[in-house]
Amino acid sequence: MKAVRQTFWKKIGDFVSNNMVPVLFVVICAFSIPLSGYSANYLLSEIIVRISRDSFLIVSLLIPIMAGMGLNFGMTLGAMAAEIGLICISDWGIVGIPGMVLAAIISTPISVLLGWWCGKILNMAKGREMVTSYIIGFFMNGIYQLVVLYCMGAIIPVRSAKLVLPRGYGIRNTVNLSGIRKSLDNLVSLKIAGISIPIATFAVIVVLCLFVVWFRKTKLGQDMRAVGQDMEVARAAGIKVEETRIISIIISTVLAGYGMIIYLQNMGTLNTYNSHTQVGMFSIAALLVGGASVAKANIRNVFLGVILFHLMFIVSPMAGKNLIGEAQLGEYFRVFVSYGVITLSLVLYEVRKKREANREGQELAADQKEDAR
Amino acid sequence: MRKIKEFINNFGLPRIIIGLFLLLLFVVAPFVGVKVSTSINDTIVRFGMNSVMVLAMVPMIHSGCGLNFGLPLGIIAGLLGATMSLEAEVHGFAGFMMAIVFATPFALILGWGYGRLLNKVKGGEMMIATYVGFSSVAFMCMMWLLLPFKNPTMVWGYSGRGLRTTISTEGYYLHVLDSFLEIKLGPIVIPTGMLLFFAVLAFGMWAFLHTKTGTAMTAVGSNPVFARASGINIDNIRTLSVIMSTWLGAVGILVYQQSFGFIQLYMGPFYMALPAVSAILIGGASVNKATIPNVIIGTLLFQGILTMTPSVMNSAVHTDMSEVVRIVVSNGMILYALTRKTEATR
Repeated sequence: MKAVRQTFWKKIGDFVSNNMVPVLFVVICAFSIPLSGYSANYLLSEIIVRISRDSFLIVSLLIPIMAGMGLNFGMTLGAMAAEIGLICISDWGIVGIPGMVLAAIISTPISVLLGWWCGKILNMAKGREMVTSYIIGFFMNGIYQLVVLYCMGAIIPVRSAKLVLPRGYGIRNTVNLSGIRKSLDNLVSLKIAGISIPIATFAVIVVLCLFVVWFRKTKLGQDMRAVGQDMEVARAAGIKVEETRIISIIISTVLAGYGMIIYLQNMGTLNTYNSHTQVGMFSIAALLVGGASVAKANIRNVFLGVILFHLMFIVSPMAGKNLIGEAQLGEYFRVFVSYGVITLSLVLYEVRKKREANREGQELAADQKEDAR
Repeated sequence: MRKIKEFINNFGLPRIIIGLFLLLLFVVAPFVGVKVSTSINDTIVRFGMNSVMVLAMVPMIHSGCGLNFGLPLGIIAGLLGATMSLEAEVHGFAGFMMAIVFATPFALILGWGYGRLLNKVKGGEMMIATYVGFSSVAFMCMMWLLLPFKNPTMVWGYSGRGLRTTISTEGYYLHVLDSFLEIKLGPIVIPTGMLLFFAVLAFGMWAFLHTKTGTAMTAVGSNPVFARASGINIDNIRTLSVIMSTWLGAVGILVYQQSFGFIQLYMGPFYMALPAVSAILIGGASVNKATIPNVIIGTLLFQGILTMTPSVMNSAVHTDMSEVVRIVVSNGMILYALTRKTEATR
């Protein structure tokens, strides 16, 4: 009887800690939507835009999680590769879908190279992949600035005067992507009750999701899950652990690059030196809001996360304005919530891991204590 | 030859490269028309400004909590102290001391909570520390808007509420340490007070690490099992180290402000942990080992590069690439420390 009750409480406890973040977000949204005073129609259309814009990026995070490498903060590397591709096509004046495809083709080898390098370094920092990938993102940002701000136009030829800073080299702070603006979104789009739905973009996202589902079942996908479960066991079973981990990061980086192209074709402008830094944080926060953890994430988390996170993001400035009379407050609030969510999820994950891993250790320690006495 | 190799291994290749780079900058400087004396002066001042924040890294590294990426939390305690001291209209050196006094309880409470949190997440401290820092900065952004400060030099003029993004310390405690016992050697002005202040804190840290509690802290960091076996309460020692680090962060930002002249609120403290972290790593510390000389050498090297690169680069190639150099050097150093295999296993 006691055992039954214990498992019951454990189940409740697990449910709460598993779903604490999504539940918290539902509560925040439930409070702030009426406060913001936005119409349901407006919110719906905004959410559809955000799903089409962000989901591809977020899905790119799933594969390293599968391989037990945690949240890939190094996804910004892929975003940088994509931005270089986009700068190239803007310079060459290639527009529309061909432009996007060409940008993707340019970004791929860069992403593969960066992903391989990132994977190599993460293999040298096992057990602290996340903080390392986070610093890698910063480090590459420096190299990216070196290339884009100093080499482009000086060493790498850039023809278009619209792209180059007045001093003669380096790319301007904002690049107008009017050539590919919404070219995928408007390729096939449907209007229902005044809300336009970008069918083509959604089709691409669905294909990606199917790819991820299929990938899980392949030999490589199975290997990754084995590596994620226990590196030593996987190694004993003949899996090349290091290689598998590197491949997972390469796939993630390449996908992040494609996701960034989709994201920017929707935005229509590229903030040359800022776009990629924000993308990583928002994608990770959204995935965590969807109920994912550092060790477990699936496609359901992605979509739930995009909806809840961006709902909060859209309504909080207005809610802040209507509540206290200051929109700025709402803006700070949403920044705080984004970071807070990541913090909370990381803490919950570590605490749970500790609790599970320590159960045995504590018994051992208790024995030792008795021995010591 | 083997000796050279050993030396490189012990000292670390990146440190040697950075040291040689700085040396090169100093050698090149006179040829491209940069005044070396001003550069040295700037380096000394910036050393004084940043050294206390770098010192704040030491206790947490000793107790095995890793690099304190959560330094912004301590900085926030310092900012609260600074704003409260200005609100109380205390001027001069008394204002500076008042700021420390006001900041201390916040640093103790925040540090205690932060330490308790880090005890629950052993092994994942650094990532969580980063995000604790970020979320506390974002939280305080809201607070700076809402807290009922009244001093007209601090609040926005037109609305009369909400603190400004930068507040001048002029007329309050600007340069109170810098100008104390200031020594003028030709073009070089040595901010003796600030350096003395750092020296006192550094000596305090050194002395503390040699007390019984300090030794226990080192034991916890280098071998937790052994420490537990010898009856040390690991969690308490770790919490103590985090509190110390947070308090030093708070004092560090106050020293920084009195020399810099401005209190930077809102997103100001956001990335302040990274320079401090890379400085101590450049000085020869690792993820679980740090000494006072590491602090001094690291801050000198790092700040030296920060002051020298823009001026030399500007004169030599007429472009300011210092930002790129800063990002690559500081983050490259952190990456190097994180990927050391021998140090990865505690």
